[in-house]
Amino acid sequence: MSASSPAVALPSAPWLKALKRLNAVDIVLWALRIAVLLVIVAGTIGCVVKGRYTAAQWVDFVVFGLTIGSIYAQIALGYTMVYGVLRLINFAHGDFVMTGAFAGYFIAVPLDQSGFLQRQPVLAMAAILVVAIATSTSVALLTERIAYRPFRRVTGLAPLICAIGVSFFLQQTFRGMFGSAVKSYPEPQWQRAAFNVFGFNVPRIDVILIALALLFMLALYLIVHRTRMGTAMRAVAEDAEAAALMGIDVNKVIVFTFILGGAMAGIAGVFYAFLYKQVYFFMGFTPGIKAFGAAVLGGIGSIPGAMLGGFFLGLVESVGPALFLDGIGITAPYQLRDLIAFTLLIMVLIFRPHGLLGERLSKKRA
Amino acid sequence: MIRTAIVRGLLFGAVGLHLAVVGVLLMLHQRWIIIDTISLGQAVLVLLAIGAGVMAAPTNAPEAPPARLLFGLIAGAAASLPLAALMVAMDLVRLQAVFIALSHDLFEMLSFDLGDFLGVLALIGGGAVGGLAGAVLQHTPPGIRRAVIAGAAAVVVAGVFQELIQLMLQFEGLIGDIRDFFYTWEGLSPQGAAVVFAITAIVSQVRSAASRRNQAALTDQQRQRQRMIRALLCLAGLAVLPALAGSYIGQVLMLVGLFILMGMCLNLDVGLAGLLDLGFVAFFAVGAYATALLTADNPHALLHLSYWAAMPIAVLLSICMGVIFGIPVLGVRGDYLAVATMGLGEIVRVIVLSDFASPLLGGAQGLLQIPKPALGGFTLGSPVSLFYLTLVASGVAAFVAWRLENSRLGRAWMALRDDEDVAQALGINLIRSKLMAYGLGAAFAGLAGSIFAVMLGSVYPSSFQLLISINVLALIIVGGMGSLPGVALGSIALIGLPELLREFGEYRYLFYGAVLIIMMRLRPEGLWPSEARRRELHGSDESLALDAGSDLLPAQRT
Repeated sequence: MSASSPAVALPSAPWLKALKRLNAVDIVLWALRIAVLLVIVAGTIGCVVKGRYTAAQWVDFVVFGLTIGSIYAQIALGYTMVYGVLRLINFAHGDFVMTGAFAGYFIAVPLDQSGFLQRQPVLAMAAILVVAIATSTSVALLTERIAYRPFRRVTGLAPLICAIGVSFFLQQTFRGMFGSAVKSYPEPQWQRAAFNVFGFNVPRIDVILIALALLFMLALYLIVHRTRMGTAMRAVAEDAEAAALMGIDVNKVIVFTFILGGAMAGIAGVFYAFLYKQVYFFMGFTPGIKAFGAAVLGGIGSIPGAMLGGFFLGLVESVGPALFLDGIGITAPYQLRDLIAFTLLIMVLIFRPHGLLGERLSKKRA
Repeated sequence: MIRTAIVRGLLFGAVGLHLAVVGVLLMLHQRWIIIDTISLGQAVLVLLAIGAGVMAAPTNAPEAPPARLLFGLIAGAAASLPLAALMVAMDLVRLQAVFIALSHDLFEMLSFDLGDFLGVLALIGGGAVGGLAGAVLQHTPPGIRRAVIAGAAAVVVAGVFQELIQLMLQFEGLIGDIRDFFYTWEGLSPQGAAVVFAITAIVSQVRSAASRRNQAALTDQQRQRQRMIRALLCLAGLAVLPALAGSYIGQVLMLVGLFILMGMCLNLDVGLAGLLDLGFVAFFAVGAYATALLTADNPHALLHLSYWAAMPIAVLLSICMGVIFGIPVLGVRGDYLAVATMGLGEIVRVIVLSDFASPLLGGAQGLLQIPKPALGGFTLGSPVSLFYLTLVASGVAAFVAWRLENSRLGRAWMALRDDEDVAQALGINLIRSKLMAYGLGAAFAGLAGSIFAVMLGSVYPSSFQLLISINVLALIIVGGMGSLPGVALGSIALIGLPELLREFGEYRYLFYGAVLIIMMRLRPEGLWPSEARRRELHGSDESLALDAGSDLLPAQRT
C-alpha cells in the first residue's frame, strides 16, 4: 500500500520495493516458514551430533516410511482423480478405505482360521483384495449416486458439507454393524519373516506391500493414460463442458472415476490393516486427511503427483520424529508423528496449494 | 407407474434395512409408545410403509384414485420386502457372527413373535396396510389429514417423552390420578393414547379454522409483532423450565445452552463470513484449558484466580489463538480452508495429548478439580445455576451477533462469503474482516470452553475432538446458517433430543451424518432460515439446481 506513493525518491532496487510491499501478514508467514526451517535444520544437526540412532534403525524408518507412503499414495490417487473430474474434496474417501479394510477382515479371519491364508498366500490375498475392492467400490458408487450427484452444479460449501455428512454416516454405519471395538487383523507366518538386504533386516510384509502397491498404481496409470475411458477421464478433468461437447458421456466418466478411486481405496484399506494389524470404524479418518495432504502436495488432479506426494509424506512422517524432533530435545517424539504430517498438510495448503506437479489446475483455481 | 411404486417402496425398505442392520431399530423397539401395543421401533416401520404409500400415490398421478390406492398398497409391501428378506436370511444363516445387531431379539421384533413363516407374511401384510394407509391419507381432505397427523404426532411425543412428563407430574391427588389415567410405568396406556389423539386432533382442527379467519385480517406489522411475542414466550419458558423441572432437565438444557453458544460463534464464521472452520474446537479447548490452568486446585495450575477473573483471560487467549490461527490461512479458500483448519485442530489435540506437553497440560489424564464459580457467596454448583450462566453468555453472544449482522462488518462478511474477489475490489479489507471473524468466533468458543471446564470440573484432551466441530456444524446447518433462532432450534433438536432419549446417544453421529446429507439435499437453508438467506436461496433459481440429476455436468468452479 505504501508502495503506491511515488513521491519518495529512494533507490528502487527490486528487493527494496518488495520490502516496502511487505505487510504484517507476510511477516507472519515468513516467520512461519523460517520457524519450520529452523526446526528442521536444528533438529537434523542435533540428531547427527547426538547420534542416538543406529544405521539399522534408520533403515527401518525409511522402509516403514516407504511402506506407509505407498498406502498414502494409493489413497491420494482417489482424492486426486475425483477432484480432477468433480472439483470436490471427497471427504468420505478415507472411509472408503475403512470399508475395504473391514470387508477384507471378514474374509481374512476365516481364511486364517482354516489355515488357507498360511498355505496359499497368493490366492488368499487375492480373495481378500477382491472382496475389499468390491465393497469399497460399491460404497463409493452408492455415495456418488446418493450424495454427490445432486450437487454437480452447486458451488459453495454445500457439497463439502454433504461429503462430511457421508463420512460420518459411513463411520457410524460400520460401527453399528460391527461394533466399536478394535479388531485385530490376522498375521500369517509368511508376513513375519524378514529379508536380509546388505546386512539390514527388512520386514517381508513391507516389501510385499510396496511391490503390490507399485503394481496396482502402475495398472492405474496405464488405465488412465492408455485406455479410451482414461483418456475421456483426463478430458473431463481438463474441461468438462468441452468434453461433453466432444461427445464424452461425463456421467459415465464420473462413475468410472469413482470405481477406480474406490478400488484403490479398498486395496489401500487392506494394506493399511495388514501393516497396523487392526481395524476399527474410525481408522479411515487420519490416513484420509493425510493422503489428501499428499494429493495436494503432489498437485491435486495429477496422478504421478499423488504417488509422489504419498511417498514423500510417508517418508517425512516416518523419519521426521527421529530426525527433526528428537534432535531438538522433544520427549517421546513418536507421539508427534501426526503433528509432522498435519504441519506438512497445512504448510502445503498455505504456501503451495497448487502442489509440485499441478500447475495446470492451480491456474484455474486462482 | 407400478414400477415407480415398487422402486419407491424398495427405497424406503432399504432405509428400514439399514436401520435394522445398524441396530437402531431394535434400540427404538425398547421404548414403548403405547404400552404393550406399539413401540417406537414398530412406529418407525409403520412410518416407512406409510411414507412409501404417500410417495407412490401422488395426487396428480394420471391414474384414477382406486388405482393410486393400489400403488400405495404395492409400495408398502415393497417397503417391507428388504426386511422380510433379512428375516429369511437370519433364519437360514447365523448373521450375528458378523453383524452384531442382527440378534434374535430383532428377529422376534420383525416377526411380531409369530415364528418364521407367519412372521414374514405379517411383516409384508403390515407393510401393505401401511402403504395403503399412506395412499388413503394422501387423498383425504387436507383438514382431516392435518388433524390425523397432529394427533398421531402428539401420541408419539407423549409416549416417547413419558419418562420426562411423568417426572414432572410427580404429585398426589388429582394430578396423580390424571397421570395414572394416561400413563402406566413404561408408556402411554391405550385409553390415554386415544384421549391424547382425540384432543390434539380436535384442537388442531379448531385452531386451523380460527387462525385462517385471523390471519387474513392481520397486517404485516401485527404478524411480526405476534412472532416476536411468541419468540419471547419461548425464551421465557426456556428460562423458567429448568427451575421447575429439576436437575436432570437442567443438565440437558445446560448442554443445549453451551452448544447454542458455540453454534453462534461458528455461525459468525460459516454463516456470515463463509469461512468453514473445522478446527474451531481448538479455541474451545484453549478456553477450557486456560480456565483450568488459572483456577484449578491441582499441581498443574499456574494461578489460583477466581472464575470471574480467569474467564476474561481465557477469552482473550482464545482470541489471540483465533488470530494466530487465522493469519496463516488468510489466503486459503473454501474447501481447502476446511481441511487446513481441521489440520490445525488436530495439531492442537496431538500436542495436548503428547508427553512433550504433559508437564504443562496434564497429558491424557487431563486437569482435575476445577472449582465451581461463586457469585457473592453463592456457588454456581448445580446444573440449573450453570444453565443460567450459559443462558446469560448465549444472550450476550446473541446480542453481539445480532448487532454485528447488520453492521458494516457484518455486511463486509456477507460480501466476502458471496465473492471474495468482488468484495476486495469493492474496497473491503479482507485481512481485517477475516481476522475479525476468526477472532470473534474464537472469543465465543473460548467462553463456551471456559464454561465447559467448570461444568465438568475437569478437562481432558478427549473432550476436544473433531466431533465437537462436526456437532456444532450440524446444528447450525439444521437450524439455518446465519440465523440466530435457527441455532437455538438446531441445538435443541441435535443436542437436547439425544440427551433426553438416552439410549439414542450411541447413534447420535449416525444421525448427524444423515442430517447433514438430507438437509443439504432438501433444505440447504435450514429449518429456521434468516430472511436474507431465504431470499438468496429461493429468489434466484438459476444459481441452485437442487433437484437430483438436473444436469449431469460437474460444476466448474473458477
